[in-house]
Amino acid sequence: MTEDIDTEPTSNIRLAVNGTLYELEVPDRKLLSDVLRQDLELTGTHVGCEHGVCGACTVQLDGEPVRSCLMFAVTAQGHEITTVEGIGDDPENPSDVQQAFIDCHGLQCGFCTPGFVTTIDAYIDENPNPTAEEAREAVSGNLCRCTGYQNIVSAVCRAAELRAEGASQ
Amino acid sequence: MTTRLFGQKITRREDPRLLTGHGRYVDDVSGTAIAAAFVRSPHAHADILDIDVTGALDVTGVIAVWTHEDLPGQAAERLPMLIPHPSIVAPHTGYALAKDHVNFVGEPIVMVIAENRYIAEDAANRIEVEYSFREAVVGVEASREGTRIVHEGMEDNVAAHIVQDVGDVDAGLEGAPHVLELDLEFERSACMPMEGKGVVARWDPGEESLEVHSSTQTSTGLRAVLAAKLEIPLTRVEVITPDVGGAFGVKINHPWPEELAVACAARALETTVKWTEDRREHFISSAHERAQTQWVKVGFDDEGRILGLDVKFWHDNGAYLPYGVIVPLNTSTHIMGPYVIPTFRVEYWSLYTNTVMVTPYRGAGRAHAVFMMERTMDAIAAELGLDRTEVRLRNFVRDFPHPMGLRMQDGAEGCIDSGDFVTSMDKLKSIVGWDEFETYREQARSEGRRVGIGLACYIESTGAGPYEGGHIEVESSGRVNVWTGLTTHGQAHATVFAQIVADELGVPLETVHVKTGDTRKLPYSVGTWGSRGAVMAGNALHLTAKKVRQKALRIAGESLEADPEDLEIDEGMIQVKGDPSASMPLAAVSVLSNPLRYAFDESARAATQFAKDSAEDEPSIGPGEQPGLEEQEFFSPLRSTVANGMHAAIVETDPETADIRILRYCVVHDCGPMVNPLVVEGQVHGGVAQGVGGALYEKMAYDADGQLLNASFMDFLMPFASEVPHVETDHLETPSPLNPLGIKGAGEAGTIPAATAIASALEDAEGIPIRSMPLDPSTLWHMRTNHAAGELNRSR
Repeated sequence: MTEDIDTEPTSNIRLAVNGTLYELEVPDRKLLSDVLRQDLELTGTHVGCEHGVCGACTVQLDGEPVRSCLMFAVTAQGHEITTVEGIGDDPENPSDVQQAFIDCHGLQCGFCTPGFVTTIDAYIDENPNPTAEEAREAVSGNLCRCTGYQNIVSAVCRAAELRAEGASQ
Repeated sequence: MTTRLFGQKITRREDPRLLTGHGRYVDDVSGTAIAAAFVRSPHAHADILDIDVTGALDVTGVIAVWTHEDLPGQAAERLPMLIPHPSIVAPHTGYALAKDHVNFVGEPIVMVIAENRYIAEDAANRIEVEYSFREAVVGVEASREGTRIVHEGMEDNVAAHIVQDVGDVDAGLEGAPHVLELDLEFERSACMPMEGKGVVARWDPGEESLEVHSSTQTSTGLRAVLAAKLEIPLTRVEVITPDVGGAFGVKINHPWPEELAVACAARALETTVKWTEDRREHFISSAHERAQTQWVKVGFDDEGRILGLDVKFWHDNGAYLPYGVIVPLNTSTHIMGPYVIPTFRVEYWSLYTNTVMVTPYRGAGRAHAVFMMERTMDAIAAELGLDRTEVRLRNFVRDFPHPMGLRMQDGAEGCIDSGDFVTSMDKLKSIVGWDEFETYREQARSEGRRVGIGLACYIESTGAGPYEGGHIEVESSGRVNVWTGLTTHGQAHATVFAQIVADELGVPLETVHVKTGDTRKLPYSVGTWGSRGAVMAGNALHLTAKKVRQKALRIAGESLEADPEDLEIDEGMIQVKGDPSASMPLAAVSVLSNPLRYAFDESARAATQFAKDSAEDEPSIGPGEQPGLEEQEFFSPLRSTVANGMHAAIVETDPETADIRILRYCVVHDCGPMVNPLVVEGQVHGGVAQGVGGALYEKMAYDADGQLLNASFMDFLMPFASEVPHVETDHLETPSPLNPLGIKGAGEAGTIPAATAIASALEDAEGIPIRSMPLDPSTLWHMRTNHAAGELNRSR
């Protein structure tokens, strides 16, 4: 308890988020979720448990869903990060997954939703035509306390439909 | 003619914003504000001997370190007893920062404020508190024994005690041909919204005013208490509830210690201070619900009709009682459910323990009441060899209104104002296939599978007063601004209230913009709890919109030289009925409603002093009139309206491992006319999911020393998508006579009977009496062993 905490170690990092390259000086211990929210003001990424269980903070790292609360920002260098704003940040022009959530009443308070959107956005690339059972399995790593998941499961299937329609146009 | 929006499955207007990262939750407000962290008690029961903060002061970036001694004036006194009730014999509340004693693990002792949360936590870790330990009181049994006492100066741990009765229950039981007794238990769970609590307090030194953003369920309640505690004029405090990431009851208590401490610090430091609760803090220092020990004695005739019901229960209220006895009071007043109970007595004791305090969680005590009544109904059916639905049918209330003879949480006499329980039961039996289940059971048995079916009925008093209000303003652009004082945490208020207003004003839904929970515009409100949002604010806004409509038609009538009675509004145009040629837009009426000196734009010219052809010999604003197409109105009901419903579950249990699966889950629900069925169904789905959690997974695991052993999402098991069944719903819409829209609340309905319906199904599958919930496979496996050894009987 005698060591001084005068200055904490920081690093200069280059972070690629939603197609933009940011140069930042951040404390080495600062979580990716906190850097996204506080330094880049991308507050769409939410923190629900800070221990990697709930999935609210899920972002895509090179297209794969990861928990941004379990990762230091400095370790995200060299990767492409996509947050919910990168999936779609225009309320007038939502992405296919976002539109599917609207169509199916897939959200209530909306706090867990960005983590579901980033997860499902990656999932339907992997499985473009999920059954209801597969859709349920796909979202079973994220917690939601409002919806009972039923309409989220429907939204996964609806999003797959919309993506297929989008691809065929 | 515009289609009525009330009753339509309209997709939510808040969704595009929330889905694209544009939500604004409390932690999104003032991202760069300095941050608070708290040193919390690691002990359940102790005296504080010394607090050494010197280690924290050495940390670069620390701005302030506060203990109880630093709290000013009234803020240093005990937190308020928010809901006094005559049954409370020993009211105890905590402090914003602990003074001399701690009574549960998690109680805040020191507040550290630093440049950011990381540094504040570094510093908090360097603070040393010296304790003298006391023995902890954990659980109903230890509290009831009273050999150890939570609060100094008390002779036992009883916070509140009450007896309520209807008729002479002793006579009712004495004359009954059959009598059964049941001992029941219900475990602790918690709301666990995905967003924890949070507060951002901004002090404006020039104005000497405080602006607070909080994830509260009552911005007006928090405003009033902060003004009182900080001893500043009410007019210098405003509270805004931004987007809230779920609440389910836990955010109704106010002020939380942190809300008060942070507001005091913002004033002292003349800046903005933020605190965002982390998940562990939420587990150990917010609020829990559900633990009760219950005893039921029921007398009934050969047909299964109840003659007398005598109930005692012991309710664990945790360390403090700021929210009074709402949870046990709701339990006590909902036990009789949808049934005619000729004689009834309920006695409860609300008990202090050295654990996190208990305040309402979705259902707020009603789930406990359903557990008692419906376990009893199943026991009667078993005793007489009757079908479980038949016993219920024989006891249902069939005449409405049905006075209950009890005083409810709103202070009014309880009364089941509407419903049709026989029809609801028919619907439920039909969708779940009740009468065909024995065939299914035989088929499953032949495949080596074990299945069971169960049900539970409930009533829920909803839409309690005292009142809610609405404020509507039509801008000269035609934009309709709508405010109500209660707060929103996922209930689709921006959609359903817009539907109600758009219907009455005859305007397109897109032009209506709803704001909630902001004391700057509507400082009169109670809050969002008890399934009251749609009933209270919905009706208040309906009444407000009627006033705006009347005013608009009067002004348009003058302009169109028509009798307002002959006018209608459609798609934002006011016109003479049957003659669209004589019309004007509502936007133009808004212009005319506000006589102007200055023409700020082209449309405003119409309201200026030389716009009329000649001078008029009367004031521009008549006596009793106000400028602007803007009105405020309030709705205050006589009493709560009582919603109802019935759930049925089909479960499968593994004959070897006792693993439990819910195969089907069916809901019949009567909340009166639904404003938006999409939203109601969403509320039901979510409620059932929380009920499933409470039935099979969630339990606050305290050890004997008062340590919460599972204070993380890794250890406290909330249901994921893989655990929640598909919910099949059907609705009955019997209107309430107690409000103009005829609606009844729906927010808590899904949760209330769920654990009990699942208990009923598990009992049916296993043939073992289920008297305690939640039930996990391990417990069930041991129960099978004990049952086989003859240690568990069908009833006591």
